[in-house]
Amino acid sequence: MTKRRSMHRVRWWVYLIAAVVIFIALAPIVWLAIASITPSDALLEKPLRFFPAHVDLSRWNAIFTQGEHSPAGGFRVSMLNSLVIAFGTVVISLLVGIPGAYAFSRLRFRGRRTALMTFLATYMVPTIALVIPLYLIMANLHLLNTRIGLIIVYSSFVTPFVLWSLSNYMDGVPRELDEAATIDGAGRMRVLWSVLLPLTRPGIFAAILFATLLCWDEFLYALIFTSTTASKTIPVAVAEFSGKFSTDFGLVAAGGVLAALPPVFIALAFQRYLVAGLVSGAVKG
Amino acid sequence: MTDASVDVVTKPRQARSDGRAALFLLLPAVVVVLGVVGWPLVTTILNSFRRVESALPKAPKPFVGLHNYAYILGDADFWNAVHNTLYFTFFNTGLELILGVGLGVLMFQPMRGRWLLRVAVILPWALPTVVNAAMWRYYMNADYGPLNALLVQTGLRQDYYSFLGSGTSAMNSVILVDVWKNTSLVAFFVLAGLQVIPKELYESAEIDGAGALRRFWSVTLPLLRPVLAVVLVLRTIEAFKVFDVIYVMTRGGPASSTTSLALYAYKTAFSDQLFGIGSAISLVIVLFCLSLSLFYIRALGGSMGPDQT
Repeated sequence: MTKRRSMHRVRWWVYLIAAVVIFIALAPIVWLAIASITPSDALLEKPLRFFPAHVDLSRWNAIFTQGEHSPAGGFRVSMLNSLVIAFGTVVISLLVGIPGAYAFSRLRFRGRRTALMTFLATYMVPTIALVIPLYLIMANLHLLNTRIGLIIVYSSFVTPFVLWSLSNYMDGVPRELDEAATIDGAGRMRVLWSVLLPLTRPGIFAAILFATLLCWDEFLYALIFTSTTASKTIPVAVAEFSGKFSTDFGLVAAGGVLAALPPVFIALAFQRYLVAGLVSGAVKG
Repeated sequence: MTDASVDVVTKPRQARSDGRAALFLLLPAVVVVLGVVGWPLVTTILNSFRRVESALPKAPKPFVGLHNYAYILGDADFWNAVHNTLYFTFFNTGLELILGVGLGVLMFQPMRGRWLLRVAVILPWALPTVVNAAMWRYYMNADYGPLNALLVQTGLRQDYYSFLGSGTSAMNSVILVDVWKNTSLVAFFVLAGLQVIPKELYESAEIDGAGALRRFWSVTLPLLRPVLAVVLVLRTIEAFKVFDVIYVMTRGGPASSTTSLALYAYKTAFSDQLFGIGSAISLVIVLFCLSLSLFYIRALGGSMGPDQT
């Protein structure tokens, strides 16, 4: 991103629109955090005071201390489940995706384009079309209500993404480098490991960020495959709780803030990476 | 993406060893993806021609031909879901594109504190879909929703409004909630598209006497077409598959007025245990997404090329 000097002064009303946009984007999120520390009776007041007179940390306290079968303690457990599942999925997808990306980027073989397109086409298949047979399969394999079950399923939609983004990234690494290594007598795996991988590190990092976001946001598989506290992911916990106890919004808000922390952190800390990664396929700079 | 155009003259033996190595390197990915997508998809297709009314593996699954399809085509609930899905897709994608272009242009302006705007815009996108839906479901609550409080306390409305209480209002609310979250994505695509438009084009248009609006219309928009084409495809397909936001906000209600095809398939399969019919409904979504992307590839294919006038 280069700084541009425009011939025009930015007018005041542009700033006004920007301020309105910032308010619309931020206010709901900020108030979610405020609601999580507002006393329950204050949330039900009319007229509502948007900034409570005093702070109530009981929900946050409950999330970190209560037993895992209470709703608040359940948020803590499902948060941990989501973290484990995202971690496992990212590891598996990288393990199977990196060699595949190398093949797509560096090897010439028949059906290369078709294979890449087939992987991409899996994105068009909606979860709902797969979830019925998968439910039956997982029930038979006793994988319902397990983290490993969700890790396997999530790897199926994270892997095509890893394949596609990393093979694109490797296409941008000059071939001369690995050709030189090959001439020096290095085998394919050695070239991949010692030459290509170090140069692909930024691409891998971006892929890890996106893969984490993809896993974190997944809802339908988790909804159908997990029903126990020990296996539920955080989106399922938030959805269930907000459906059952819709008036106890303070705890919904605390759970929501908890669930939003990892992706919001990723978005804030690595905004540039994310934006560049998001649009890399659509814009040829 | 480079393809075979980088034609290296390879010896046949080299090509064969490349092929074998590729098979070996791709095998793990093929197993993971086809095992969890390919195989279930085939099963769904087969199940859509069978009567499947139990999740038990030993349960009978008699072949019923096109019966499931005939059933859904004669089912008013199915057509209601089709209508809702098309309505959601059209207005959701349309609003996101219009607002996204505006927001992208706004983020492109060389103003002070632009980073704050960009940070603010990326946050709704980062919020998990389910959290977004649960949050707005409460904000729109008819009895103590803070959105109602805000509207009444600033004098914009006289009384609390039941956003999710009636059909059209519930559907429009769900659409707006999804637009609030996903417009950011469109805006960042547009911003990226704007950043690669050569500045000289604007300058020469300005020298030719084109005003700001005219420059936007005749220079910016045509050059944004490839980017817009990509987001249009992405967002339409996503919108057509909509499930999460509706499930959490309304469960498809009131009175199925927000039931999308995905939600209808879910209910048919998992609440009514009609797995065969559920499979048929979900395949309608697959077919729609497939034909939509084929249509887009054909219609917009020309505009994806490197240059066009």
